[in-house]
Amino acid sequence: MSDFLHVLTDHWSLFGEGFGNTVKLFLIAAVGCLILGVLLGAFRVSPIPALRWFGATYVNIVRNTPLTLVFAFLVFAAPKLDVNFDYFTAAAVALTVYTSAFICEVVRSGVNTVAPGQAEAARALGLSFAQVLTEVVLPQALRAMVPPLMSVLIAMLKNTTVAAGFSVVEAGAIPSYMAEFGEPQFYVLLWIVIGFLVLIAPLVVLQRFLERKLAVAR
Amino acid sequence: MGMKRVAVFATAAAFAFTLTACGKEGTPTASGDSNASGAAPVSDTCQSSGTTFTADSAAAVAGSTTFDKIKSAGKVVVGVKFDQPNLGYKDTSGTRCGFDIEIAQYIASKLGVDKAKIEYKEIPSANRETAIKGGEIDYYVGTYSITDKRKADVAFAGPYFVAGQDLLVRKDESAITGKDTLKGKKVCSATGSTPIQRVKDEKLTEPENIVEFKTYSECVSQLLDKKVDAVTTDDAILKGYAAQNPADLKVVGQPFSEEKYGIGLPHDDKALRDFVNNQLEAAFKDGTWKKIYDGTLGKSGSPATTPTLERY
Repeated sequence: MSDFLHVLTDHWSLFGEGFGNTVKLFLIAAVGCLILGVLLGAFRVSPIPALRWFGATYVNIVRNTPLTLVFAFLVFAAPKLDVNFDYFTAAAVALTVYTSAFICEVVRSGVNTVAPGQAEAARALGLSFAQVLTEVVLPQALRAMVPPLMSVLIAMLKNTTVAAGFSVVEAGAIPSYMAEFGEPQFYVLLWIVIGFLVLIAPLVVLQRFLERKLAVAR
Repeated sequence: MGMKRVAVFATAAAFAFTLTACGKEGTPTASGDSNASGAAPVSDTCQSSGTTFTADSAAAVAGSTTFDKIKSAGKVVVGVKFDQPNLGYKDTSGTRCGFDIEIAQYIASKLGVDKAKIEYKEIPSANRETAIKGGEIDYYVGTYSITDKRKADVAFAGPYFVAGQDLLVRKDESAITGKDTLKGKKVCSATGSTPIQRVKDEKLTEPENIVEFKTYSECVSQLLDKKVDAVTTDDAILKGYAAQNPADLKVVGQPFSEEKYGIGLPHDDKALRDFVNNQLEAAFKDGTWKKIYDGTLGKSGSPATTPTLERY
């Protein structure tokens, strides 16, 4: 048991740096993919065919591409085209691009839960498409969106570990360090699991809070 | 709808394929164009040192459970690396070669196992202890530095090679001449590896200039793309890359550490450890070790000193 504790206490700074970067990466990518995802979702339900086509193509290409390949493209292929990101930026961009496709679908299915009469009534009042979406449809759609949205964000938080392979020292890189220190891998991995459970807990609480706040009697 | 779906999927698949192709492009195995311009002929085709290993049919290791297992199975399972040219390497045709590979073959022959009966397992550095402890492999030969911490989990025979941390740079690099010239330069190595931690601990460059990838090949790719300025790890590994691409890369040649490579063995099998140590000693003495070195790492032009065994 003391071995188990020592794995953490002897390498406090490594765990701190690792999980610190994981959180940073998550927060940046979360903001990025929520913005891009909602925008893409809006494209998919918009009255303009070109935008709908763009949204659908984006989702079908990006959602079907392994995340590792998105990373590899930004880190290994992009420099050959003279597009240079630093590694952290590349990781944030890769996660944002990838997760947006999933957020987009969450938004679209949320919008589909709102009765068509709502949008029709809003249009009849003379609201523009943007107003219909932001003032009438999305606020109601959010209720249905919360659980899948949180699932996507939790998945993204865990997906940050892919960045370890692309020069970002985050939680996923800790096992490599610990192996070099000769620490028992089993304990190391257990601590990483515990770390992620701790990080995910606030998201679960946030989900509960939002669900309660948005609940209506139907 | 059905047709439309198929079309969309095909487009996505095509895109994914393009990405794969691009990703591969970034990994430099010996590349074709550098062969054309390079002074020395470069090839990623495996070439052995030409040393022949004859299986010792009378081999016996009294009291070794590992040996008993090898004998009854009629084969030996060896943990190796596969991406280190001239050290532990697998070429495109699947042939394995390099200094570590031949050391592994030599030991196998002394254990009475023919070269053809060696089963190679590619074990990443982080999983070496687990693989040895779990019995997944019989022994491990792959730039495995002997450390006291590791000795708690596994046993080491050797050292069979003494390496030192050095720097790999682009051929036209003149500013980097040793470890004290790295300030402001981007330095790449394997994630969490001892070399990169030394760079951090000794503050040889700024924290934001430290770059870490899973493999050295990826670091070399970034070096060739000018995204990093130096790759650092043991000189043995770096010379392998420099020899593959002599037109674009060179090793600085100022080692600043000492890494003793050992053969990783099951922790409690002292009989096997003594046996392997004896065989290594014999190889040092009868010239086998030197012949293996000259035919693999020695091709880089750097001489080697025969290591001294550290029995414990």
